Amino acid sequence: MLATRSLSIALAGRTLVENLALELNPGECCAVLGRNGSGKSSLLLAMAGLRRPSAGRVELQGRPIDAWPRRELAQRIGILLQDEPADYWGNTLDYVLLGRYPRSRTAYSEDPAAKGEAMALLEEVDLAGHAAQPYRTLSGGERQRARLAQAFMQDPECLLLDEPLQHLDLKHQLDVMRALARRAAGGRTVLMALHEPTMAARLCDRAVLLYDSGRVLHGRIAEMLTQDNLELLYQCRLELAGGPDAQVFVPH
Amino acid sequence: MNRRALTWLILFAVPASLAIAVWHGSVDIPAARLLAALSGGGESIDREIVWGLRAPRALAAFACGALLALSGTLLQALLRNPLADPFLLGVSGGAAAGALTAMLIGATLALQHLFAFAGAAFAAASVFAFSIRPSGWNAYRVILAGVALSAGFGAVVSLLLALAPAAQVHGMLFWLLGDLSGATDPLPAGLALGVAAVVAQSQATQLDLLALGEDKARSLGVAVMAVQSITFGCAALATMAAVLLGGSIGFIGLVTPHLLRLMGVHHHRTLLPLSVAAGGSLLALADAVARSIPAPVELPVGIVTALVGVPTLLFLLVRTR
Repeated sequence: MLATRSLSIALAGRTLVENLALELNPGECCAVLGRNGSGKSSLLLAMAGLRRPSAGRVELQGRPIDAWPRRELAQRIGILLQDEPADYWGNTLDYVLLGRYPRSRTAYSEDPAAKGEAMALLEEVDLAGHAAQPYRTLSGGERQRARLAQAFMQDPECLLLDEPLQHLDLKHQLDVMRALARRAAGGRTVLMALHEPTMAARLCDRAVLLYDSGRVLHGRIAEMLTQDNLELLYQCRLELAGGPDAQVFVPH
Repeated sequence: MNRRALTWLILFAVPASLAIAVWHGSVDIPAARLLAALSGGGESIDREIVWGLRAPRALAAFACGALLALSGTLLQALLRNPLADPFLLGVSGGAAAGALTAMLIGATLALQHLFAFAGAAFAAASVFAFSIRPSGWNAYRVILAGVALSAGFGAVVSLLLALAPAAQVHGMLFWLLGDLSGATDPLPAGLALGVAAVVAQSQATQLDLLALGEDKARSLGVAVMAVQSITFGCAALATMAAVLLGGSIGFIGLVTPHLLRLMGVHHHRTLLPLSVAAGGSLLALADAVARSIPAPVELPVGIVTALVGVPTLLFLLVRTR
């Protein structure tokens, strides 16, 4: 279980998250929603052990996250960052294989099973035809899917994803959300920062809403994604369309 | 070109370049006499030229080129900057300021080396101290500190040249241009190369992961600060050993990793050893050219590396556009 205990995050003198107590269990898929600059990325970085919180702590299986050896932690928590330099010179298949590093010192293996697994993941994100293409030459959306395939290759118990749908067209957005839902159904914990409450309503079972001044609401998705909560969150009028099983939030 | 064929070609270039470097020089030695001298026979003058002068010089040139290429490859990975080269650390400037100070005060050759080492070590330690913070490394700080120190040492070198008697300026300029004429003992550089290459090779996969950014590398289990510190240490050791042997020989450290990447070598587990092999071979050949073409006058080898390296890199850039 991944949990935050009285977690507070401040950046440049501004409180982004205050006193958050969140518990995420295996199999849960949770969306983090909030306006630009509300602290979604900072929360994910803190939960991955990549940034120190201003107060409180993050625990994995009851143990403070900074007490885990880095490699063991990487076997349990993986993160898709919002930005990543595109400096990698190798091809797309090798890029995906780097996700094996927490479990294999060599990462690039001649092991056909590892290559087969990486190819299957490229197939899953619709990049099988780009395996031999230099990673640097992929388009923005293709690169995003390669990064997701690498995170799937890492196969951690908890997947933290910062805007996994950015740069993706509608079909690939849906494919990726389904791939994430499959992993949650398989017992993985999925926590992702999203800008699309419609997608969150469709595929997540919990939500964390980050308001200004560090106030945080979290709970079951149906209780969180109400018109009032979201209008206050995004500070704009929203119109609800669709039925109870397929809610669509349209800015008005 | 097929990657396996390229690897074999580069590995074959090592003995080939050393053989050419031993064969060619200001004195012509026919192949039969060269082979006799190499096998310990033939005329004593040939044995003296081959074993006493050319073989140590060829090995020193190889070691120097290999060190520069290794350092350039490591720094380009560490700083994620394709323009990084060994002289970015200010090490060559520090060594030059030290060596020229020793020359100016009329110190012995051993003292000149000691002063150069002190200057180089001071520069490397300063860049390290300015760049590292409790939160980790910052590539921009490395570059800024290196550029600032290089500029400072450049001013010191200019001052020393202005103060030096005319008779000493020629020797000083050779040192600054990159010159292997005094490189008669390849052993210290060879030892430094062995240590730096083996330690760097142990970090090869981690260097690939650093290309994904520090946070991503850390999230995949890389001890980022340790890898960066080890990489910096290897690059600084390699640069210091190269500069003490041959002064500021430009272009090998910048161009060799790019040549290999443009030929399709990307993973550091192959890029690092092939950089060593290719950089060493290139400098051994360049030194043979510097010694042979304008015989009996020697050109500083840094001029040859730049004159050959610039058009080669530009040609490859045009081809891979």
